[in-house]
Amino acid sequence: MPISHEDVEHVAKLARLQLSAAEVEQMAQELGTILDYVARLDSLDLDTVDPNFYEASENLPQREDEPQDSLPQSDALENAPDDDGCFFIVPRVV
Amino acid sequence: MTASSPNLLFGTIDEARTALADGSITSTALTQSVFDHIEAIEADVHAFIRLDRSNAMEAAKEADQRREQGATLGPLDGIPISIKDQIVTKGLETTAGSKILSGYIPPYDATVVQRLKKAGAIILGKNNQDEFAMGSSTEYSAYGATSNPYDLSRVPGGSSGGSAAAVAAGAGFASLGTDTGGSIRQPAAFCGVVGVKPTYGRVSRFGSIAFASSLDQIGPITRTVRDAAHMLQAIGGPDPRDSTCRDTPMPDLLSSLEDGAKGLRIGIVKEAFEPDGLDPEISSRVMETANQLAAAGAELVPVSIPSLPHAIAAYYLTATAEASSNLARYDGVRYGQRADIGDVRKANLVDMYNQTRSEGFGPEVKRRILLGTYALSAGYYDAFYVKAQRVRTLIGRDFQRAFQQCDALCLPTSPVAPFAQGERTADPLQMYLADIYTIACNLARVCAVSVPAGLDASGLPVGVQFICNHMQEPMLLRVARACEVQTGGYNPPTPIQGLSAEGG
Repeated sequence: MPISHEDVEHVAKLARLQLSAAEVEQMAQELGTILDYVARLDSLDLDTVDPNFYEASENLPQREDEPQDSLPQSDALENAPDDDGCFFIVPRVV
Repeated sequence: MTASSPNLLFGTIDEARTALADGSITSTALTQSVFDHIEAIEADVHAFIRLDRSNAMEAAKEADQRREQGATLGPLDGIPISIKDQIVTKGLETTAGSKILSGYIPPYDATVVQRLKKAGAIILGKNNQDEFAMGSSTEYSAYGATSNPYDLSRVPGGSSGGSAAAVAAGAGFASLGTDTGGSIRQPAAFCGVVGVKPTYGRVSRFGSIAFASSLDQIGPITRTVRDAAHMLQAIGGPDPRDSTCRDTPMPDLLSSLEDGAKGLRIGIVKEAFEPDGLDPEISSRVMETANQLAAAGAELVPVSIPSLPHAIAAYYLTATAEASSNLARYDGVRYGQRADIGDVRKANLVDMYNQTRSEGFGPEVKRRILLGTYALSAGYYDAFYVKAQRVRTLIGRDFQRAFQQCDALCLPTSPVAPFAQGERTADPLQMYLADIYTIACNLARVCAVSVPAGLDASGLPVGVQFICNHMQEPMLLRVARACEVQTGGYNPPTPIQGLSAEGG
């Protein structure tokens, strides 16, 4: 079942994507199809099952919290679309 | 290529090593001959987004000088290889197959690239892929599609399709791919080569452009299992720059490689042979391979992964949610492309984000960002993302139960043979369903390998997959090698040999 155009537009706004009317229509159909498919998980009894968020973070090494050399500023700015040698230049924020 | 070694292009790392060691070829000549070969086939295969001739030839010269001085570094010294464009390379443009990163020159090497360079490997260039590793056919690259070397009208699989096609076509001895839901193993199966997805935490992801951080792993694509062992040995092990990388040193992968099939317990996964979409020829070829292993002394054990049919749904919720977050960084501020916004003093910031991302991302990436944002948005987080993590727990438990009965699981890598270009792009869900056999391992964080199991009746490669428990890479490669002995492994693709001969 397709999701509503309003839902697609809302999610697109959150994701900072601009969609044409045709893209909204297409995504409403395609996301609907995929969401119908994932609804199969509703058939599982998961109430007593813990979500697996942390298994991989057990026994992981931690380094000492000591300052180390980081990327030089000039290297960090090398790929900037617009910069003045010290800062990234962007349209006015506030 | 010298006349005495016409097949070295399609040979193994050890064969190249021997030729380098006995002086019948230099790394400079070998690297040059690989570039000549790439030139002859690349218009048809398109396995690379870019080549790095001058640095590669310079590195080859240095390898030759080390050899003259008796200071050769190890098995990879002087061996030409390539790297998926998802993995950053210092000073060499890295795009992850996306327009939004076009022109991006990384200021650092990924840990795996650093280790390969330190081992003396020669980096030929960057392999084509689906944009940000999202796809199973390498048709979603902003830089054109890659073709399957066994049938140029078909896809090589994906997302590491350029890596698998290059290795199958003799364009380098190995490549590094990334695997979030099968992106190393499925193209390896489609292109008749070996692809390893190591355990989550076995190989550093520092410098691997993030797609889904709880699933991504880097691994090798090679023509033989032994070559995969050489590559994994070089790239694996602890890295203080990746906090998800375990501090367990990489064990010796070569010492048990030839231990054979005798005494192995191979689990045949019941649910893997049931889906409607499974090509009967692939099903029988995989069972035939398992029976060959049994004849060689392995014991076949029936096992069950009851949660397997739910893996795709859990995967596409998990991977898209994490991708929507990871890809938020492409905003036109710090690197990559920025849309033309005119005078920056008059432009609007949010308009710049919107335009930059809408122009820079392709349709599959947009689809996944939208799905992931939806799954994480207010009111849906528990219903989608958290639920998927609960299913993940079930899948992990099922694997642990299965591994109490056997050393390795055996199942197909892909339910379908390499499909025709354009055949599946119109239906995203159909494309996702083809990942049924590979994605459960990423969700369970275990290790897996695809091994060539011969060609089907149409001459297309079939892959058989083995899965082992966490950190069991020595066992995984032993099983893979035992299988390779039975199936005969890699065979050079006929269409490529034709192209190469025509190209001189």
